[in-house]
Amino acid sequence: MKENNLSIKTIVAIGIGAAVFVILGRFASIPTGIPNSNIETTYAFLALMSIIFGPVAGGLIGLIGHALKDLIFYGSIWWSWVVVSLLVGFLIGLASKSIDIESGEFGTKKIITFNIVQVIVQAIGWFLVAPSLDILIYAEPANKVFLQGLVVGISNMVTVAVIGTLLLLLYAKTRSQKGSLDKE
Amino acid sequence: MAAEMLSYIDRKSPVHQLTGVTKLICFILWSTAAMLTYDTRILLFLFLISILIFIISKIKFEEILFVLVFILVFLFINNVAIYVFSPQEGVKIYGSSHVLFEISGRYNVTLEQLFYQLNITLKYFTVIPAALLFIVTTHPSEFAASLNRIGVSYRISYAVSLALRYIPDVQRDFRNIARAQQARGLDMSRKEKLPKRIKNAASILAPLILSSLNKIDTISNAMELRGFGKNKKRTWYSARPFQKSDYFAIALFTILFIVTLIITFHDGSRFYNPF
Repeated sequence: MKENNLSIKTIVAIGIGAAVFVILGRFASIPTGIPNSNIETTYAFLALMSIIFGPVAGGLIGLIGHALKDLIFYGSIWWSWVVVSLLVGFLIGLASKSIDIESGEFGTKKIITFNIVQVIVQAIGWFLVAPSLDILIYAEPANKVFLQGLVVGISNMVTVAVIGTLLLLLYAKTRSQKGSLDKE
Repeated sequence: MAAEMLSYIDRKSPVHQLTGVTKLICFILWSTAAMLTYDTRILLFLFLISILIFIISKIKFEEILFVLVFILVFLFINNVAIYVFSPQEGVKIYGSSHVLFEISGRYNVTLEQLFYQLNITLKYFTVIPAALLFIVTTHPSEFAASLNRIGVSYRISYAVSLALRYIPDVQRDFRNIARAQQARGLDMSRKEKLPKRIKNAASILAPLILSSLNKIDTISNAMELRGFGKNKKRTWYSARPFQKSDYFAIALFTILFIVTLIITFHDGSRFYNPF
């Protein structure tokens, strides 16, 4: 396999990841009580996949997963937010090298790195990109979309911080640690 | 948790007989046109055409009713939110103000605002039938083949096809896990407090994700053994050759698309101003 091609594992990860994204996005959202804003556990999953499989897989899981979810369950694609999912998946994935979850170590330092990255990335996505695209594509009132972005962004940051970190810790435990074999 | 989702409905109709590629191209042209324009006349025209296509496709109204109800509720909430946040948006766009009646402060009802919100709603009404039709008349495996045909790399097309193939599986897994956890006393309903509910959600997520990661391993091994990705190209079992009607449909939609763009942008504004 050449370097510039996607590996088979990445392709499968994108496919299955998108399927899980669809299901979690539809069924595992926790209503907060404020209309139209749920705690989307699916972004915790997206962050996990981006960290494990890297930026390309993360971005494509966000893109395909979100577009399919909108199409299958809501009948129309809300493009401005699909783009944000793509962006969040891709940008969090950029941190995958430095976090290196496959090493089986996910200590305090890495937890902090992960959370700083995810907060910055989601701030760009939900506070900036999503509202701007909403105004550009759908000509919605500015103050409405910025408030929406703010609420969704903050709730997603908290979700990824709590559930995402938890999932990464869990995943790291299933990897065998470096130097875990002893020579007898 | 009776999960209703849109899926392929097998039927014999002119719309079904078009190849997936044609439908995909038409769908993309259509949604781009509807996304760009705010011209009421065009939106109305497109809406009428989409209803016509819907009738041709022989899909019954009841078969998609559940999604429609969902979308209508969403549209209603969205409209209310737009008004609450920006009651003068229409005035700003059309540059005039015909007040129907005052409510209080900056909240009054103007013809411009009503017209603006009508446009937003209409915009959805033009895209929704096309999107619904595309899903219910295109076979999933043909969809992936079509993506490849219009230039998306076959690896990514295959990922989309995998996603479509595994959505029902993952849904079943999710339901099994959720029920098993609920049987053990985990409460996911509104009765539980929010922090506890988040924690409970995590305990459903963990097994689902770990089993999905295992699935990724199994499937990629199987594909590797069968030599996936060895060649530059790949043929698709469900790809069909173009018929006359396919060329006709694509030509028709391209013309519609160009006309839409010309009418929308010829006076330099995306909005049609009757005031």
